[in-house]
Amino acid sequence: MPILAPLLQYFISGLTNGAIYALIALGFGIIFNTTTIINFAQGEFVMLGAMCAISIYHLAPSLPLAFLGGVIIVSLVGLAFERLALRPVVAASPLTLIIITVGAGVFLKGVAMLLWGKESYTLPPFSGEAPLHLGTATILPQNLWVLGLTLVLVLALEAFFRLTLMGKAMRACAYNLRAARLVGIAASRMVQLSFALSALLGAGAGILIAPLTLGVYDMGTMLGLKGFAAAIIGGLGSLLGGVLGGLLLGLAESFTSGLISSGYRDAVAFLLLLVVLFLRPRGLLGGRQ
Amino acid sequence: MRTKTWLVGWTLAMAVLILAPGCGQGSKSKPYLIGGIFSITGPQSYLGEPERHSMEMVAEEINAKGGLNGHPLKLVIYDDEGDVTKARLDAEKLLQKDRALAIIGPSLTPTSMTVLEITQKAKVPLISCAAAASITSPAQERAWVFKTAQTDQMAVSRIYQYCQKQGIARVAILTMSTGFGVAGQEQLLSQAARYGIEVLAQEVFGEKDTDMSPQLTKIRGTAAQAVICWGTGPAPALVARNLKQLGLTLPLIQSHGAASKKFIELAGEGAEGVIMPAGKLAIYQQLPDSDPQKAVCQEYAEKYRARFKAPESSFGGYAYDAQRMLDQALEKAGRDQAKIREALEGTKNFAGVSGVFNMSPEDHNGLAAAAFVMVKIEKGQFTLID
Repeated sequence: MPILAPLLQYFISGLTNGAIYALIALGFGIIFNTTTIINFAQGEFVMLGAMCAISIYHLAPSLPLAFLGGVIIVSLVGLAFERLALRPVVAASPLTLIIITVGAGVFLKGVAMLLWGKESYTLPPFSGEAPLHLGTATILPQNLWVLGLTLVLVLALEAFFRLTLMGKAMRACAYNLRAARLVGIAASRMVQLSFALSALLGAGAGILIAPLTLGVYDMGTMLGLKGFAAAIIGGLGSLLGGVLGGLLLGLAESFTSGLISSGYRDAVAFLLLLVVLFLRPRGLLGGRQ
Repeated sequence: MRTKTWLVGWTLAMAVLILAPGCGQGSKSKPYLIGGIFSITGPQSYLGEPERHSMEMVAEEINAKGGLNGHPLKLVIYDDEGDVTKARLDAEKLLQKDRALAIIGPSLTPTSMTVLEITQKAKVPLISCAAAASITSPAQERAWVFKTAQTDQMAVSRIYQYCQKQGIARVAILTMSTGFGVAGQEQLLSQAARYGIEVLAQEVFGEKDTDMSPQLTKIRGTAAQAVICWGTGPAPALVARNLKQLGLTLPLIQSHGAASKKFIELAGEGAEGVIMPAGKLAIYQQLPDSDPQKAVCQEYAEKYRARFKAPESSFGGYAYDAQRMLDQALEKAGRDQAKIREALEGTKNFAGVSGVFNMSPEDHNGLAAAAFVMVKIEKGQFTLID
């Protein structure tokens, strides 16, 4: 049926973008859970991951090395950010802290512009460019990588939170910070860990998407905002919510772009965000408030 | 006694210092101040950077030979960062503070449209390096504006001529939402009937979009025989990639905005087989020796590469042609801006990098569709095909 033919393609493209939004949304959620603030520099972690991986690849053409290197460097940046920009003012109001993250985001973007200029850079796909055919639709190996690695990361995260002591400690902070402190959980260490984790997820997302969309110094802004929208849509703080919100957003964008008009693509994220905030402010899966 | 000697000596020294610079400047060797406004930084820096370099290269050469009629060239170049407001401010600065004799640039259509308003009023010649036909037309309202870049009108004509020859009658167009893309879309739609072409789909993408597969998927559902993409920057390269990734075998025709090595680099495997109109600079080695542009292109390419250690680009060529044309006019007309304008208007058979210019009162671009050749990307290189 001619109408249905492109739908599968939109579905694949939407799922891929959705996975990236999901990873970014999880980053927002993790930091929110331990600190009750929104880290608006999250998008820049994504960008830095992509750019660092690209630079490492140019020096040593090994994709696994570039991936690991990018993720590690950005995790360190996340830790440094927490230590240098937020820890000194930990007693400030959440609003002040949020504004600080916005400022840090702008700073990171500026540094990226100085280091890498305004040009776009390519990163080779992880396993070649030959598209695979699924009926009338095509799926790239890179799409499979994005979906696969996202699944792995989400499962690893779930295992971490449910099965390890540190993960459980972080969840305790999410439920009730004061009580967690009272039972001896070092909140400051949890905060550090949450920043490192968020940066790791963001960097992973950036490196996964760079072969498809090119890496450029300002790619983080829009991705960060859309990831944030995805987090709110799914329920800020909930793991499943972040994943659901991300996938939903990706699919909505793709179908709107394909069936209605490609000009509305960016508007979809914010439209959905508004709808969710009006009708169900806690998000679809009701995360922590 | 000693104080008096000291005072006299000091006064003499000051007099020498104050008068000496003036001595070298008879009215004979006062420099010609030419202004430049380019998008040196910003997303279109791949236009402005080579344009600025080319202008500086020409001026250096002229000054090394002793200037024009003994007058050295002094260049004052500002960066508009691709921003319309900054371009306007830069133009005002050049006119009021620097008192430029003429201005070359800007690099983009929207910045050119705003700057020409000011230069027209001030009766200062402007040679733009941007694409839109509306920069020099209607001719009666653009007496002081010229341009060296080929127009989008010509590029579209050339593409449609090629389509006719190849038997392509049904196309889908995919244009960027920027000024360049919108102008291209207008031309593609308005010229289609004249060449017997039917436009089956009109899709749009944004400058910063990273995934054009929804638009291409829609195009796949039509009976189009070719896709024509109109844009600049990284997005058209992503279109080329997406096309290949979707397994579409339709020929992809890009605009002349993609005629650069950066496009080939960004599009990767998607660049193979892409067709576009380009200035002769892209394939000058493949031109016959009898072509009047071959020598100019070769000289420009070799000099640019040697001086700036970077590949030459046709965008830089726009400024190169503009500066050389202006130098010719300055030699004839001197400081009189009205005479400079007349001299520019009278430029005939000027072999430039962008084409052979024949200006006239009705045509301040001076180029025909023949300024473009159709090239195809084969094995990562531009190859002349028409």
